[in-house]
Amino acid sequence: MMHFTLPMFGPILPELLVLAGALALLLLGAMRGEKAVGIIDMAAVVILLIAAVLVIFEPGTRTEAFSGSFVIDNFSRFMKGLVLIGSASAVVMSIDFFRAKHIRRFEFGILVLTSTAGMMVMVSARDLVMLYLGLELMSLSLYVIASIDRDNLRSTEAGLKYFVLGALSSGMLLYGASLIYGFTGTVTFAGVAEAVKQSAPIGLIFGLVFLFTGLAFKVSAVPFHMWTPDVYEGAPTPVTAFFSAAPKVAAIALFLRAALDAFPTIVPQWQQIIIFISIASMILGAFAAIGQRNIKRLMAYSSIGHVGYALIGLAAGTAQGVQGVLVYMAIYVAMTLGTFACILAMRRKSGMVEEIDQLAGLARTQPIVAMFFGALLFSLAGIPPLAGFFAKFYVFLAAIDAKLYALAVIGVVTSVVGAYYYLRIVKIMYMDEPADAFLPMPNGLRVILGVFGLFTILFFVYPSPLVAAAEAAAKSLF
Amino acid sequence: MNFSAVFFYLFSAVMLGSAFMVIASRNPVHSVLFLILTFVNAAGLFVLAGAEFLALILIVVYVGAVAVLFLFVVMMLDVDFAELRQGFLQYLPAGVIVGLIFLVELLLVVGAWVAGPGIANAVKAPIPPVAQVTNTQAIGRVLYTTYVHYFELAGIVLLVAMIGAIVLTLQHRKNVQRQNISAQNARSKKTALEIRKVRPGQGI
Repeated sequence: MMHFTLPMFGPILPELLVLAGALALLLLGAMRGEKAVGIIDMAAVVILLIAAVLVIFEPGTRTEAFSGSFVIDNFSRFMKGLVLIGSASAVVMSIDFFRAKHIRRFEFGILVLTSTAGMMVMVSARDLVMLYLGLELMSLSLYVIASIDRDNLRSTEAGLKYFVLGALSSGMLLYGASLIYGFTGTVTFAGVAEAVKQSAPIGLIFGLVFLFTGLAFKVSAVPFHMWTPDVYEGAPTPVTAFFSAAPKVAAIALFLRAALDAFPTIVPQWQQIIIFISIASMILGAFAAIGQRNIKRLMAYSSIGHVGYALIGLAAGTAQGVQGVLVYMAIYVAMTLGTFACILAMRRKSGMVEEIDQLAGLARTQPIVAMFFGALLFSLAGIPPLAGFFAKFYVFLAAIDAKLYALAVIGVVTSVVGAYYYLRIVKIMYMDEPADAFLPMPNGLRVILGVFGLFTILFFVYPSPLVAAAEAAAKSLF
Repeated sequence: MNFSAVFFYLFSAVMLGSAFMVIASRNPVHSVLFLILTFVNAAGLFVLAGAEFLALILIVVYVGAVAVLFLFVVMMLDVDFAELRQGFLQYLPAGVIVGLIFLVELLLVVGAWVAGPGIANAVKAPIPPVAQVTNTQAIGRVLYTTYVHYFELAGIVLLVAMIGAIVLTLQHRKNVQRQNISAQNARSKKTALEIRKVRPGQGI
């Protein structure tokens, strides 16, 4: 028999805070109805930020809870910090948008909280059951959030597509998990690693492939990316911003921990899978985005490409590679959220616009926004000295050290191809005849754009804190 | 062949047959009824394996709730299943190929499972042994202690499913008569009744 004491719940304090907050706000929403939307959104941001502070001040030493199925270490602190910042920013960005569109649903903030709790569980999960529960808590909330604008056909279509394909990927992941359990007799990552060290029968490799398939769906890596452009285009824009930041980080974290914690001794077996999906994602991300006219669709392909670059670090399978992935995800979150703040500001009196051509002449109508937007796009393309260059630099370096020269070369080539469509937007903003001016940017978006834009531009001045934190985090997986 | 083996083959055969009929029968109501038969036979298999708690849960949850709910959906919604099914044969070749691949994989996997060394040792024995406690007790002991975090998280997942269903479907329609209980209770004889004298042959 197990006895419960209060200190046992110490490691899950941030998760408990987020979930308890979600339940309390749900009660408030149920009683006050739509009048409580403003309070609930603000409270959700505050709760997420408090949880982020709690996570950052957690002890860096490795602590396990619930008989080893939940772990906090430097890796989980780093990734949870990113997830919480991503979620909080997405809620801030949503407030003005939903108000302008008259979508007043108090459940949005609550579902962001529950999905964030799911992501935090994913980051800390160290057995297959916990992994699945975290993933499902996140995904189920995201399906609903995708169709939160339920009177809009495209939003509901996005939600339905995401749900059907997400359910399929969950099924594959579960099939893989059950095979792994069948062949090792245990669900814990430590137990699986122990069993794999002795022998890795073909059935176990099948399980591994299915597990990775499920995870690749969640990070939208090629060839499991089909849902991404449609969902990103159909969902309301702040929801797209949310999808492209926090859930990606959590799924990448899960990918890293599952691969390196549970299967450390059979790296060559899974390395080839990661190399393949990484190359395919980079190529598709670079070429498919060229023809896009809708900026949200373009960002979908861009995020597919970026996941490909991040996976280079995992393919290396070294501590340096993991460090590269962590730096990449941190910078990616900043760049993406900053870019989406600019996209959300594309609003005229007649409503939101999403076509790239509508950005024409932004440099003359809104010079400061255009400057930040331009810098973010240069950074997404990976042009020095902006942050995006360093992100790519670290993963390419890790790939070269792991002797994966082909991967690094393909990465460089595709980022040159990708630069074309980012720079085309800059050209439209700076060279074309101005279209009608957009409405002034709301304050919430200004803050987000300012913070992440300055981070992206000034990262090269003082990169060491992030790089050092990523290094410490990467070490805790090895 | 002993007694339980006879039942094992009986349950399995009926289960496989009715599972096939779920996808083969033309009438959706028949499909759901076959689904119920499948569940009941699966419950029979659980009983044979000594897992009586799971058997009853299967009946209560799947037959009692899910299947009946599904039957309601089939009967209330006017979904033309015959039309949905029209493209069925067209996808058959792809389905057969995928099915064959899965079959080969399963054979490989099962083959490895039998041949793999040391796997039998790795399979966890029930804790504590079945002879000492009933299996309701055994599940209860671990479900609310060692695995309490799974249990609570699963609860949150279900809550999110409920929130989702409400967010996506609840309509606050205007012009709908709703019961107002406080207004009903506040009615008194004065407000509710009006007494008129009616003279014979004149009406009101």
